[in-house]
Amino acid sequence: MTVLASPRSTAAVPTKQALNVTFAGLGRSFGSGSDRRTVLRDINFEVSAGEVLAILGPSGCGKSTLLRAAAGLDALNAGSVLIDGIEVHGINERCAVAFQEPRLLPWHTLQANVAIGLPKASSASEGKTKVAELLHLVELDAFAKHRPREVSGGMAQRASLARALARNPGVLILDEPFGALDALTRIKMQDLLLDIHRAQPTTVLLVTHDVDEALQLADRIIVLGSDADLPGATITEVLTVPGQRPRSRNSADLGRMRSSLLTSLGVTGH
Amino acid sequence: MTGVGNPYVDEKSVSGVDTAGGSTVATAGPAQPPPSRGGPAHGWSHTGLLQRSWVRLLLGLILPGLILTLWQLNSVIGPFSAVQVPPPAAVFNAAVELIQRGELWTHIGISTQRVLLGFTFGATLGLTIGSLVGLSRIADALLAPTIGALRAVPSLAWVPLLILWMKIGEDSKVTLILIGAFFPVFTTVYLALRHVDRNLVEAGRAFGLNGFKLLTTVQLPAVIPSVFSGLRLGLAQAWLFLVAAELIASSLGLGYLLTDSQYNGRVDRIFLAIILLAVIGKSTDALLGVAEKWAVRRWT
Repeated sequence: MTVLASPRSTAAVPTKQALNVTFAGLGRSFGSGSDRRTVLRDINFEVSAGEVLAILGPSGCGKSTLLRAAAGLDALNAGSVLIDGIEVHGINERCAVAFQEPRLLPWHTLQANVAIGLPKASSASEGKTKVAELLHLVELDAFAKHRPREVSGGMAQRASLARALARNPGVLILDEPFGALDALTRIKMQDLLLDIHRAQPTTVLLVTHDVDEALQLADRIIVLGSDADLPGATITEVLTVPGQRPRSRNSADLGRMRSSLLTSLGVTGH
Repeated sequence: MTGVGNPYVDEKSVSGVDTAGGSTVATAGPAQPPPSRGGPAHGWSHTGLLQRSWVRLLLGLILPGLILTLWQLNSVIGPFSAVQVPPPAAVFNAAVELIQRGELWTHIGISTQRVLLGFTFGATLGLTIGSLVGLSRIADALLAPTIGALRAVPSLAWVPLLILWMKIGEDSKVTLILIGAFFPVFTTVYLALRHVDRNLVEAGRAFGLNGFKLLTTVQLPAVIPSVFSGLRLGLAQAWLFLVAAELIASSLGLGYLLTDSQYNGRVDRIFLAIILLAVIGKSTDALLGVAEKWAVRRWT
């Protein structure tokens, strides 16, 4: 692996138990009356505790909507999301989210931004230690006192990841977290995420539009898509990705899966 | 960095990610100017030169200098008589005369006091009501139409009512200035709170912030730069309303100096009053401008 796999204080961050996630008959539509547009329907799926699940789908198919439902950022029209058997109602402490953009507060240092993720119960000294550990984990020790506009996009995204981890989440929700980064930085961030997952084996729900990213990171991949005759997207394919991580990016198995995934996403000839 | 599209950010991200340890990165990264300033910060290109404060100051003085020269020239050869446009020396003498009689400082002092009092009350009220209406949908629905209608009333329309209620004293003048300072502050605060980056608010909510905590952590800091520009507009308007208040009923102040000089035919004093209003207004605005600059640096 890369330098990012170097031994790190893996035990330093106390781990909350990874939690399982169940989507039960989930459906979501927007608008009302004749403008009503169904985005998601009949999503039934179980994610086991500690699993990394990648959610793939063509753009606009409702991938983010599914994540927002799990994070409690969005209300549902049908069905429910259960985390550890308990239904999600609004924001809850068991989940943490990293968005496609870093969404850091520009007037705070990276350190203060990460501290926003700390659970309410944590004491000041506990919080301080934890923030320092997390900044070390995402290799931003030297930039703790910098403001977001003083660092690169990749660094800001790492700070955003650290902020999510500060919550000690049972479920880590990542909405295309590396989508806006350049190819090189993205690969490094993917490796970093695997390191973090090893150190703190939480359940990860990862929305991505990058098939290779899904194949590298996920235990299983679900593909969202729609039938011609029914409105809204649902799960059209569930794949278990073979092999232990880190996986070789050149494996023949993964190559075949890649082609088949691209075909089901409507891209042919690759 | 494709998503960011900023060459300055590019460089640093490469250096920041490539090196494993933090120590080498530290020397590469910090203490650089923010990327938003266009053009080179130093050097002798046009933009670089214009960023130097003494250059800007000199350039800003060119036009006043030119006007002063033409003014002086007018008294020698110019088209206007000394009654219409008294020479600069006459205006200067008028100032000296008023200072010797001890009146000038009184006029300036009382006017400044009225502006500061009216501005302080008006701005405080604008901040409070602006926050309330900007944050609460109920308050918005209840108050916004009425406030919008009151804003449409021209300043002078208030004068008869204020005099009737508060008599011709300090209260009526300060109240008129308060009204003037209130609206720009209210409007900017209200609009800024309406347009706080939804993504930031959502991120705050996702990490368990809500109500008062969300307000103080995300929403208020996000609008601080706008608050300062609102305060600047409010202060400018306070000076406008000061003259309106003093023109109508007063026995002291720069506005009174204007009307009194008009009745006595002292054109030199009219010039003096106008110049003083310009200089004092610009000075107070510049002070707030410094504060605004600081706020923009600190909060964005």
